[in-house]
Amino acid sequence: MFRVENVVFHYNTVTALDGVSLEIAEGKRSVLLGANGSGKSTLLRMLDGLCFPESGKISFRGDAIDQASLEHDEFAHTFRRRVGLVFQNPDVQLFNPTVLDEIAFGPLQMRWPKEEILRRVEAAMATLEIAHLKDRPPHRLSGGEKKRVAIASVLVLDPEVLLLDEPTAALDPRSQSQIIDLLIGWGGGKKTVITATHDLGLVEDIADDCFLMQQGKLVAHAAPAAILKDEAMLRAANLIHEHRHAHPSLGMHTHPHTHRT
Amino acid sequence: MDLLAGAPVKASFIERSIEGLSKGLSFAALADASAHAQTGLLQRVDPRVKVAGVFTLIVAVAAAHSLLAIAAVLLLALTLAIASRVPAASLAKWVWMPVLLFSGAIALPAVFLTPGDRFPGLPVTAQGLRAASFLLLRAETAVSLSSLLVLTTRWAHLLKALRVLRLPVVFVVILGMTYRYLFLMLQTALDMFESRESRTVGVLDPADRRRLASATVGVLLSKSYQLSSEVHLAMQSRGFRGEVYLLDEFTTRGADWVWLTVFLAVAAAAAWVGR
Repeated sequence: MFRVENVVFHYNTVTALDGVSLEIAEGKRSVLLGANGSGKSTLLRMLDGLCFPESGKISFRGDAIDQASLEHDEFAHTFRRRVGLVFQNPDVQLFNPTVLDEIAFGPLQMRWPKEEILRRVEAAMATLEIAHLKDRPPHRLSGGEKKRVAIASVLVLDPEVLLLDEPTAALDPRSQSQIIDLLIGWGGGKKTVITATHDLGLVEDIADDCFLMQQGKLVAHAAPAAILKDEAMLRAANLIHEHRHAHPSLGMHTHPHTHRT
Repeated sequence: MDLLAGAPVKASFIERSIEGLSKGLSFAALADASAHAQTGLLQRVDPRVKVAGVFTLIVAVAAAHSLLAIAAVLLLALTLAIASRVPAASLAKWVWMPVLLFSGAIALPAVFLTPGDRFPGLPVTAQGLRAASFLLLRAETAVSLSSLLVLTTRWAHLLKALRVLRLPVVFVVILGMTYRYLFLMLQTALDMFESRESRTVGVLDPADRRRLASATVGVLLSKSYQLSSEVHLAMQSRGFRGEVYLLDEFTTRGADWVWLTVFLAVAAAAAWVGR
């Protein structure tokens, strides 16, 4: 579905992506796993056509995703309908005066009939259990509510691919669990979902394919269980570290600490 | 030695900044709560009628040449505020006093400098006093009417009403986003000052205060620039191509037409009496 070929990208002098190549199959649930600064968020934005490689290529269903192709209204319209991105910071994504307007923003851009828009908005609000928030301004919502509205604003378009940037970041455990359950159940588990995260506890729940990134490079591609088993590789990617603590009976000792939630 | 002894210390620059930002957020909360109060009179009126009515009244007040006519409209605004359960004390604190101070500062020179008949023993002229009264009363009435509109109408409905009344869509969307992100930037500024206060002992000298203020402004500017880029990407991601479309759904009832007639009649009367 997505093909990434030898992609390179810099933020000024900092290398964000350094020759990354990968393929993401349709219907797969993939995770881009990496520590902060590993390039996973940049790659996610490239997959959504929001920034473009300095060199290398990205394609979606055989069509190149670049500045030129997204300048064509018809292609851009279809691509935006098919691929949706949930940003890490929901405040970035919630720019409308009410929750209802927020969720309707995408469908309105698609120029769907008004009745169809309202029907889809109601359905998305019901799925995310946020119907009671529909007239509330986004700045009056809690962190968990904002995240659910942000996800609803993308799911309302019923995209073929859902891109998620750290979907459970800064959420309380209950909200995290709700978001994970939703992602597992979305589209009957048959849609393509690509999640960028550093949360090892999330990986096995939401993915059947894992790409491990480190300092802008893809260092491994395997099933989640295989990646999570390789402690040396996770330590090198800064995803686990030695944790020193004391037990009353055993005294001081160290072991790898994974930050799984 | 008791380090805490001595005269009470004046609120620091940081504390005053925090207080100012908190007040801004409090007023926004008040406006929000007031607009959502379903028991008020104006809260039940169609937002389009309110926008059209208030706009017409402001135009009439600006055109009127009679203090009595302008005062009558101000009285009407006050009556509507009370009927709409807008707290008069809040209106006085947030609207009338600031307008009085600001317009008063502008109007004051006119009292002394305008040529005309001087009052015996006083350096003021009747014409100057009249000009200043017009300025103050017009400003108070216009701002009271606008505040009444904001305090009795949900922000989202107000934006939609502006759109329905043919204001350019880009203007309405920018207005909506400015209001939305103002809260985020206010909260960010508040967090920054609180974080600074938690690490500050004693009172800052003027040079440090200037440095802190300019550093805060700089960081906020940088954050707002970064935020605006991210928001634009989020809009693009959901299909934004430079055109904005809105869901507009208002229904006008019989009572709304009555209100519109009342607004227009009062505005016409004020303009006629004050011609």
